[in-house]
Amino acid sequence: MKFTLSWLKDHLETDASLEEITETLTDIGLEVEEVEDRASRLAEFTLGKVVSADPHPDADRLRVCQVETDEGVKQIICGAPNARAGITVVIAKPGVYVPGIDTTIGVGKIRGVESFGMMASERELELSDEHTGIIELPSGEVGDRFIDWLAANDPSKVDPAIEIAITPNRQDALGVHGIARDLAARGLGTLKPYEVKPVAGGFPSPIGVSIDADTLNDCPHFAGRVIRGVKNGPSPDWMQDRLRAIGLRPISALVDVTNYFTHDLNRPLHVFDVDKVKGDLRVHRAKGGETLMALDDKEYTFLPEQLVISDDHGAESIGGVMGGAETGCTAETVNVFVESAWWDTIRTAYTGRDLKINSDARYRFERGVDPEFTRPGLEAATKMILELCGGEASEIAEAGAPIETARSYPLDTKRVQSLVGMTIPKADQIASLTALGFSATGTGDVLEVWVPSWRLDIQGEADLVEEVARMASLTKLEPQPMRRAKPGVPEPVLTPMQLRERTARRTMAALGYNECVTYSFIDRDSAALFGGGDDGSMLDNPISSEMNHMRPALLPGLLQAAARNQARGRMDLALFEIGAAFHGGEPGEQHLLATGLLIGGSGPRDPYGARRPVDVYDVKADAEAVLAAMGAPAKVQILRGAREWWHPGRHGMICLGPTKVLGVFGEIHPKILAAMDVKGPAMGFTLWPEEIPMPRSKGASRGAVEIADLQAVERDFAFVVDADVEALNLVNAAAGADKALIEEVRVFDEFIGGSLGEGKKSIALTVRMQPTDKTLTEDEIEAVGAKIVEKVGKVTGGVLRG
Amino acid sequence: MDGLDALKSEWLGRIGTADDEAALEEMRVAALGKKGEISLKMRELGKMTPEERQVAGPALNALKDEVNAAIAAKKAGLADAALDERLKAEWLDVTLPARHRRAGTIHPVSQVTEEVIALFADMGFSVAEGPQIETDWYNFDALNIPGHHPARAEMDTFYMHRKEGDNRPPHVLRTHTSPVQIRHMQAHGAPCRVIAPGRVYRADYDQTHTPMFHQVEGLAIDRDISMANLKWVLEEFFTAYFGTKVKTRFRASHFPFTEPSAEVDIQCAWEGGTVKVGEGEDWLEVLGSGMVHPHVLRAGEIDPDEWQGFAFGMGIDRIAMLKYGIPDLRAFFDSDLRWLRHYGFSALEVPTVHGGV
Repeated sequence: MKFTLSWLKDHLETDASLEEITETLTDIGLEVEEVEDRASRLAEFTLGKVVSADPHPDADRLRVCQVETDEGVKQIICGAPNARAGITVVIAKPGVYVPGIDTTIGVGKIRGVESFGMMASERELELSDEHTGIIELPSGEVGDRFIDWLAANDPSKVDPAIEIAITPNRQDALGVHGIARDLAARGLGTLKPYEVKPVAGGFPSPIGVSIDADTLNDCPHFAGRVIRGVKNGPSPDWMQDRLRAIGLRPISALVDVTNYFTHDLNRPLHVFDVDKVKGDLRVHRAKGGETLMALDDKEYTFLPEQLVISDDHGAESIGGVMGGAETGCTAETVNVFVESAWWDTIRTAYTGRDLKINSDARYRFERGVDPEFTRPGLEAATKMILELCGGEASEIAEAGAPIETARSYPLDTKRVQSLVGMTIPKADQIASLTALGFSATGTGDVLEVWVPSWRLDIQGEADLVEEVARMASLTKLEPQPMRRAKPGVPEPVLTPMQLRERTARRTMAALGYNECVTYSFIDRDSAALFGGGDDGSMLDNPISSEMNHMRPALLPGLLQAAARNQARGRMDLALFEIGAAFHGGEPGEQHLLATGLLIGGSGPRDPYGARRPVDVYDVKADAEAVLAAMGAPAKVQILRGAREWWHPGRHGMICLGPTKVLGVFGEIHPKILAAMDVKGPAMGFTLWPEEIPMPRSKGASRGAVEIADLQAVERDFAFVVDADVEALNLVNAAAGADKALIEEVRVFDEFIGGSLGEGKKSIALTVRMQPTDKTLTEDEIEAVGAKIVEKVGKVTGGVLRG
Repeated sequence: MDGLDALKSEWLGRIGTADDEAALEEMRVAALGKKGEISLKMRELGKMTPEERQVAGPALNALKDEVNAAIAAKKAGLADAALDERLKAEWLDVTLPARHRRAGTIHPVSQVTEEVIALFADMGFSVAEGPQIETDWYNFDALNIPGHHPARAEMDTFYMHRKEGDNRPPHVLRTHTSPVQIRHMQAHGAPCRVIAPGRVYRADYDQTHTPMFHQVEGLAIDRDISMANLKWVLEEFFTAYFGTKVKTRFRASHFPFTEPSAEVDIQCAWEGGTVKVGEGEDWLEVLGSGMVHPHVLRAGEIDPDEWQGFAFGMGIDRIAMLKYGIPDLRAFFDSDLRWLRHYGFSALEVPTVHGGV
């Protein structure tokens, strides 16, 4: 919503400065977004007088002018036909910025003759579209500032324009009058009453109006009248200046009046050219399929239930949203039908949304226009049209009546103060409400407050509280300490799962991974590579095809991040993300994942030869570390058979039992890397933190640790097994040989092929035995060793390597 | 027994000239070995009279001890010299690079989320969560935004696809964290104090908007909580968060889910295109807030005649940008390694109230 200072002062008697006004507007909920002080842009332009204007030696249409300025007589070359001796002009000296041509004037030669500035046209100063010649002023002295001249002689040209943001409830502030009322209620002046005197009609309206019975809910009131014999020229300068100042293009007096009323009084109007209307106007619901060429020169097809104003020809206007081109007014219009109607907010919102029309009328009707002002608005518009365009008004043709808006709500003046946390005496509350047009009655703490017709948004006590609060000024609100819910040391607030997520994040960072936050939506192809991309997790209105599916996993986002980094020459990457992935399109069909991605080398090349390509065992270590940090059991199974985006032979699922998967680590399938433009190989892991069982015990105690004093014994064994036997089987078999004595079994070597022959490998284990009651004898150690060999042989077919 | 003095000076002299351990050992054998010169002298004691022995015994023993000590001292001296020699040869160029250790980072969004949690937890707020795909009821209707409400159109909502024949209103990607309020109230009732940080989505992409960003919702319901309490809570928060006294300014506004509503500015100064919070005369809008609307309390199954409280919603990315001087929101989600390293935090920089955030 935009308006100018002088326009506001039409409705508000005030001495307040522009700054006071804008600060107050922001404080009372009409947030000022921009103050366009046009005067400041023209501050450097000064007046000059043309002393002489001689033909340019080399250009017929240019003149070489000697111009008297405050810095002496200057030579200025000018192409304007009206440049001649004796006129008072507006000068832009070298160095001055000219807004209308977006140029800073310099000293230059024009066709070989030097020019020291410019004489400006109105368009060059963005005062109007006038560009047939330079500005000629009827008065003014050489050296005067042009803005001072304008302020004295044509103030509307330098009228500051104020743009405010309108929250959806503030229908009343969509007209300058309503804004003035708000400011007056805050004490920034006095609201000038807006008086409407009915214009008597000299003849019955040749155009009748009707509303279909089934349409009265959505259009309860429709009024209009004919004014015949009008002259539809340009509107007066003051109106054009105001419309231009708020960003509207003046069109003709009749159209400008409708726009003016829209912004001045939040009273949208429409004007039909009577000579293009066939028969009477009827408001009805569309059957669907009717078409209309609207004033924006686009053709619209009505959906059922949308509101139409039709004549005998058919649809002529989209009710509450936009008029039709066919019956619109032009410069030739001599007989006009002025329409003032009231359209339902919800119906208008849906129509506007479905037809994708954003008009000033829709914007207002969907927020709410004062139902009681439909007919007065028509009378006031009639008066203005008669003044500007002449003609003779008919009687008013009217169908329906204003909707009933009278209603009241109780307002507990104590509760107001309890909610806001501020002392606002009852008398002040009543005064604020009264100034806003409410009426408050009642003697106790609880008032009965009646709502004015222009505040359709007020639907209960809470809305009244807001009115009182904003008038009392929230800027003045003093902070008041909020008591702790419980005294003493605050209790921990994070849930076990929130802690687990945080632990995983901090652990991954500690392991050297950089945390990424990637978009939750990715392209369909990438989603499909990771088991997603179906219609259930698709967006209906994505911002681009790169972001049209909810991610089924975190890996695709990280791989895309890796590809971007590789394209920028970063080849060694350790990235991770923790967040939700989506397995469906219903609320709750999301699950928490923690995913790491390793690509490139273990580090930069160095003198120690430490750099090596990252491999599966790196991500296995990291996956295990993060799981351990989150409290996963140490004893897990490593299974194969994870989803197809993992390298089939180089991955493992970290499981508790055959179905409970805590995580997957491995190499990403080369086809996936190729599809996503990632230079591999790439190692990754994904963990499901929610799958880790919660610890059974809630206590913090860890129990006593048993630390044996006796010396532990380590013995090494190398077994030859078939190449596809998994090392973990050997480890588990060896550990099972004497569970009490064997503390740890670790693989320390793997050797494949060679002298062992095709299809064989050797796995070397070191077994640590920890006696608890007496030192082991060599015989006892031998005995355990034999059991290990036997057990491993039985489980894996392995034999001791000779 | 004559000649002991000469013997002593001879041996001490020879020991002094030994230039390695082997030579020293040879000398030890020659002096003190079974057939060493001093050992042989010791044997002669047997042939002496007791009186002679009384004199010669201690003298010989003293000589033996002295030579032994000289050998030990010389041995230690030789070992020191040898070690010095070795260490001299063991020179390394310590200006060579250290062995690489990967340094990971925490994303600013995570860090700031934890900072916010730490500070609000101290004021008794726990952390609530909710789904990112929401029903339109939780995202809009329950928050007093009916279907036709202009606020819906202004939210740039992402809608989920609906299968043919499924005539329910389409689900949305939550446009704010406010639906978590409703879910929390339904599940836990009043009184309550929670914050709800998380991802939110709006169909908007330009210099200052990304289609996904992060918000933190705050909700406090009790018998007598007021907007003045909200102002205190926010000023306490901002002061602790920015580490400097920060004043706020409340401006009347309107949100369908709060009434009265206020937009909240924090005090700041603009210096050369950058903003400094907590000083100066300017105000910077950082969040929307207000007293929870009775309709919203009812949607949360809480009786508005008995309970009242405040709610606010604040952009996490935005306050991260303000605090850490991060210029471009879009870079948050680009995962450029240089950006992650520059703006990221170390794993051990855990925000706490006692250590500061």
